[in-house]
Amino acid sequence: MSLEPIYGLILAGGASKRMQRDKAALIIQGKTQLDRAFELLSRHVSRVFVSVRADQTSDPARAHLPMIVDSVEGTGPIVGIRSALAAHPGVAWLVLACDLPFLSDTAIQELLRRRDPSALATAYNSAHDGLPEPLCAVWEASAAGLLVAYQAAGGHCPRKFLIRHGAQLIDLPDPRALDNVNTPEEYSQAVAALDTLPPMQLRIQYYALMREQAGRSEETLETLAATPADLYTELAARYGFTLSREQLKVAVNSEFSDWSRKLAANDAVVFIPPVAGG
Amino acid sequence: MSFRFTQTSIVTESARRELQDLGAGGYVSFEGWVRDQNEGQEVTRLEYEAFQELAVKEGDRIVAEALRRFPVKHALCIHRVGSLDLGDMAVWVGVSSAHRGEAFDACRYIIDEVKHRLPIWKKEHYRSGNSGWVNCERCAVEPQHSHAEHRRAANP
Repeated sequence: MSLEPIYGLILAGGASKRMQRDKAALIIQGKTQLDRAFELLSRHVSRVFVSVRADQTSDPARAHLPMIVDSVEGTGPIVGIRSALAAHPGVAWLVLACDLPFLSDTAIQELLRRRDPSALATAYNSAHDGLPEPLCAVWEASAAGLLVAYQAAGGHCPRKFLIRHGAQLIDLPDPRALDNVNTPEEYSQAVAALDTLPPMQLRIQYYALMREQAGRSEETLETLAATPADLYTELAARYGFTLSREQLKVAVNSEFSDWSRKLAANDAVVFIPPVAGG
Repeated sequence: MSFRFTQTSIVTESARRELQDLGAGGYVSFEGWVRDQNEGQEVTRLEYEAFQELAVKEGDRIVAEALRRFPVKHALCIHRVGSLDLGDMAVWVGVSSAHRGEAFDACRYIIDEVKHRLPIWKKEHYRSGNSGWVNCERCAVEPQHSHAEHRRAANP
């Protein structure tokens, strides 16, 4: 089956009323939330755009990124999603709010892996209320027509749209992954939480097929990956490893380890492809 | 030290002496050699690569397991790494024991576990000019597929 291509869309046109500052420009770990979201999606899909209003195209937090300017009337995230669907017909969109500082590569990869192209969308269930999370979801091209009708009937909430029309719903790999930042208090909490979890320095060694695919036998890198599973997802996206995680074992500090072990600074990690000694 | 690596030819004469014991009535060994073909391809040479730090620990554990499970005197395993030619010895296992039965069993246990558990990889170079990491290349083509099959089989 040939799937429609998926592009990434970051919603950054919101008014940020509760924050009283532009959420896209808030700094988390030395980068704007928008740039962090853009880099995250760029590791998983071939093209990424920022959804903006017409009056935001020269905004300094946005102007350096590829943009899709709102081309339909209305309010709320549906305007951005519809504008993207209209700009690239036949493309599905991984739509992401720009204010999800805890979102990991694993959560994005899981969403893409579980995508059901026959549904209108594939979305996570909220860890808070079990309802679909429309702003970290794959929206299929086939949703375009229904979105037009939904808006024409006065609808503007993408979550209610997904509840009404149905979506493929999946559970979050990490309940915190979609915690967002709406108020100055939530922003300072996120900064504090992520600062106690600063980018960690890890040493990675590569062997055999993985050494060849990574183009190196070892490296020291800074990462936010909390577990070997997160780290593999990040590195597989970077180097295009052909082996899936299920085919590998992992060692931390020269002992076999669980994929869900919490990594510590300066841990030495080795991914172990299928062995063939003897 | 019951498991080790060597970069050069495995010298069985000296390895065998490490197993000598006046209480042993015999000794069993296994030698793994580089074969000239695998799965229909003509092999010209091999490269072995290992994550030695972990492999030595796990290899020692395998030999210790064999000594616990079977009443043998001594056991030793040596694995070669680097570039090997056809006919070269890639791995050697030796076990000395009072009686032959448990020596055969322990030797078989060690080589079987070594093949499955140690982080050692083998790259085959073929007459055709191609090369490939054994157990890594073909299964990488459709990994999702095969796992989905397993899940279906497990949850009909």
